[in-house]
Amino acid sequence: MATLTLSTEPLEIAARLLELAQAAGADQADAVAVSSTNASTTVRKQQIERVSESTARSVGLRVILGGRQATVSTSDISDAALAETVATALELARVSEPDPFAGLADPKEQANAAPQLALFDEQIPDVDGEHRLAQALSCEDAALAADERIVNSGGATFSTNFSSFALVDSNGFSGAYSDTSASMWVEVMAQEEDGQLRNAGWSTSERSLHRLDEPEDVGREAAARALRQLGASKASTCEVPVVWEPRMAAGLAGIVAGAASGEALYRKATFLADRRETSVASPMLTITDDATLANRLGSRPFDGEGVVTRRNSLIERGVFQGFLFDSYNARRLDAASTGSAWRGVGSLPQIGSGNLSIEAGATSPEQIIGEVEDGLYLTTLMGFGINYTTGDFSRGAAGIWIRNGELAEPVQEINVSGNLLEMFQRIDAVGDDPQWFGATSAPTLRMSRMTVSGA
Amino acid sequence: MSDTPAEVIGFYSTQLGVDEAAAESVLASALGRGGSFAELYFEHKRSGSLSFEDQQVKSTQASLSQGVGIRVVEGDAIGYAYTEDLSLDAMRRAATTAAQIAHGTSGTDPVDVTSASYPADRYAIASPSTSTPLADKVELLRRADEAARAWHSSIARVDASMVDEEKRVLIVRSDGRMVADYQPLLRFNVSCLSEIEGERRNARWGGGGRMGMAYFDDHSPESLAEEAARQAVLQQEAREAPAGTFPVVLAAGDSGILLHEAVGHGLEADFNRKETSNYSNRIGQAVASELVTVIDDATLNLSRGSVNVDDEGEVAGHNLLIENGQLAAYMQDRISSSHFGVAPSGNGRRQSFRHSPMPRMTNTYMTAGQDDPDDLVRSVEYGIFCKAFSGGQVNITNGDFVFSVTEGYLIENGHISAPTRDVNLIGNGPDVLSKVTGVGHDLEMSDGRWTCGKSGQSVPVGVGIPTVLVSGITVGGTQMQPGAGMSA
Repeated sequence: MATLTLSTEPLEIAARLLELAQAAGADQADAVAVSSTNASTTVRKQQIERVSESTARSVGLRVILGGRQATVSTSDISDAALAETVATALELARVSEPDPFAGLADPKEQANAAPQLALFDEQIPDVDGEHRLAQALSCEDAALAADERIVNSGGATFSTNFSSFALVDSNGFSGAYSDTSASMWVEVMAQEEDGQLRNAGWSTSERSLHRLDEPEDVGREAAARALRQLGASKASTCEVPVVWEPRMAAGLAGIVAGAASGEALYRKATFLADRRETSVASPMLTITDDATLANRLGSRPFDGEGVVTRRNSLIERGVFQGFLFDSYNARRLDAASTGSAWRGVGSLPQIGSGNLSIEAGATSPEQIIGEVEDGLYLTTLMGFGINYTTGDFSRGAAGIWIRNGELAEPVQEINVSGNLLEMFQRIDAVGDDPQWFGATSAPTLRMSRMTVSGA
Repeated sequence: MSDTPAEVIGFYSTQLGVDEAAAESVLASALGRGGSFAELYFEHKRSGSLSFEDQQVKSTQASLSQGVGIRVVEGDAIGYAYTEDLSLDAMRRAATTAAQIAHGTSGTDPVDVTSASYPADRYAIASPSTSTPLADKVELLRRADEAARAWHSSIARVDASMVDEEKRVLIVRSDGRMVADYQPLLRFNVSCLSEIEGERRNARWGGGGRMGMAYFDDHSPESLAEEAARQAVLQQEAREAPAGTFPVVLAAGDSGILLHEAVGHGLEADFNRKETSNYSNRIGQAVASELVTVIDDATLNLSRGSVNVDDEGEVAGHNLLIENGQLAAYMQDRISSSHFGVAPSGNGRRQSFRHSPMPRMTNTYMTAGQDDPDDLVRSVEYGIFCKAFSGGQVNITNGDFVFSVTEGYLIENGHISAPTRDVNLIGNGPDVLSKVTGVGHDLEMSDGRWTCGKSGQSVPVGVGIPTVLVSGITVGGTQMQPGAGMSA
């Protein structure tokens, strides 16, 4: 029932907008409509801090007139506003310039059936404020109760969301889907003897309620992470092996997906340009993008242009397999769409990944750490120090120093750096412990050498 | 012309049907369960963007976003709801949702709304870019493109864009205060790629502010484009930066990002009310070198971070945060100022009507000192000179902060020498600020290009700083230095 109501309304509004645009003379057009209901409860020190619940909706129109394109969006869906949206779009398109590659997706590549991806949990629209409150309280309580040195909290939040996305285009594509998500997040602080605080957070996020980690487990994990940073100091500057915990390794998959964007390739703004079908990483590294996995946050039946989603291999045993494309960049570079377009109401389709997975290896994380005499176990990265054009990587970090194969003392206020192409080649161990973090799954990874800057 | 507050109020009443009576009625629903305070934040935002690549217009975009965010406060807790539908029924429903934070059964006294004024308009502009013909804007982008290509033969790609918005804000509170503001915002961006024998380097530059087309009177598209081209070409000769802790000279202007991260966020009062900041309970204490005085100032004319009134309806101000190294005050929003028993500082800001306000920076800068900037460089035997940045981040609780340098140079024997490849710097707030050993007389504000993110909300901000010498910051390069030994 909820599914039906949710997905029809955006589809109807999108169809109405498209019809108006065609009647007003657009050569080609597509319209998107989204509706999203989000509710969240935040507690801090076991008291309610914030409760919110709202439904957002908006529509967007793209028109193409003699190869000139424009996009217009509005959160006002009255008839007058939709008419104004169409008029503005046509007016903007007229002063734009012709682009031979502008256009809609090839209808042959568009989805004509919705696969069952288990994106919607029927329970989520019915979750009430009491449930959100109880989950947030349990999560924070477990963190606060874990140890007497846990003295403060940044709060715990439990939120639920259900959304609908609809897309129609003037080639006849019409599609809509609804999905849900729930997430829980907590941050707590552990206190040093001198009063200084060390903080850490942990979270869980899934399409359905029953797949979420238990609130107590999330809370205990946050507490354990804050506690293990107690006594952290700065390491000395050195070149050592670096072990990336799964959550950190997941970030590397995101970097690869960003560098594999067909738009970045067109702009020559990626270190992967000119490297298709060449070795860009250790043979131990295999990374896949797949938007068709059941239950996953990066899954969807069709992409932001209606193109059917699929599995795209990015790196296979160290060899770069190819770029991700939307239709526009595919046309510009004589390639094919990989079903990787994301479409917001207010912008042209943008390239992005679905679910990213770094393939697990056969080595246990204990062994990966155990083989390191002197090195860094990386648990935190900070800042924006990634240059996608050159592959230069230099970011703030914290973690635990590894001595003689054991996790020894915590370190912070250090920096790790290298060039991504060298870093990927230096991967010399891949763990058997993959974990999901949102739409990315990754195991423990080890790089044989990176520069650590410190004292 | 900018709208006056009265014109904004008139706009809401005639165009959107939102008048005093409607606001009073929605406030009554918001306080229907006895909350202690309620506020309506109406926002009507028109924005546009124009992008130019391959020497032609690639895309034109426009968007309209309107709605009301309703907040009900009960103690330190808030209930929040918003709606894009400004009909009285929809607004009352959202108010009822937000009201659930309170647990009373009856409402409070009816609210009598009166319009409040404020002292000055910091961004009254004659010619909003949002009403400028698109063809004029395209011409600016074309000029930028041509200038970047002409600047150096290796410039293989130029991407330029212009983004602007006009926001009409109306805030109505249960204490009867109603304020309105018209907030323009403009940003011009250029990105250049230099390619020499297959080696590619890129750089971005841009600027803007709460300005209209007059921005371009003092900042030609050519000058912005040439700066992006210069930085990209410079990177072709860049060397690996060193690894380890070294003296760092920060150039005047954009280096203000250091303050934003090292102390700015840590002085936002929400973290201090919760005692989760490393600056909690330190008012009156030394948190920096005596050379350091830091101000957050929302009143700078036409600046990207300025606001006439904050997003809770308080008059925004000029707030002294650190005076000669001593912590003077936090940046407050409504909830924190009531917690600390101080006057609101006008720092309650939010991304949009879909977000609840919290303490945020506006334009944050360090005041000028006495030193000659060149002397500061000459005093360094070996170190780094930092000029342009891509961003920064801070851990509020332990105080560690980073900022990424995209234009940096080695300093060798008191002279600026080779440019360095992109490098991240990491430090700890109070530690780095205690190591400020020189402050130049050349305070400069960055051009308007910074956006600050906090708890998922983005707001435009300004930063500024004179040339500053820090005796030691950890530099995250890849070049091992002689003497920087392996760890034991």
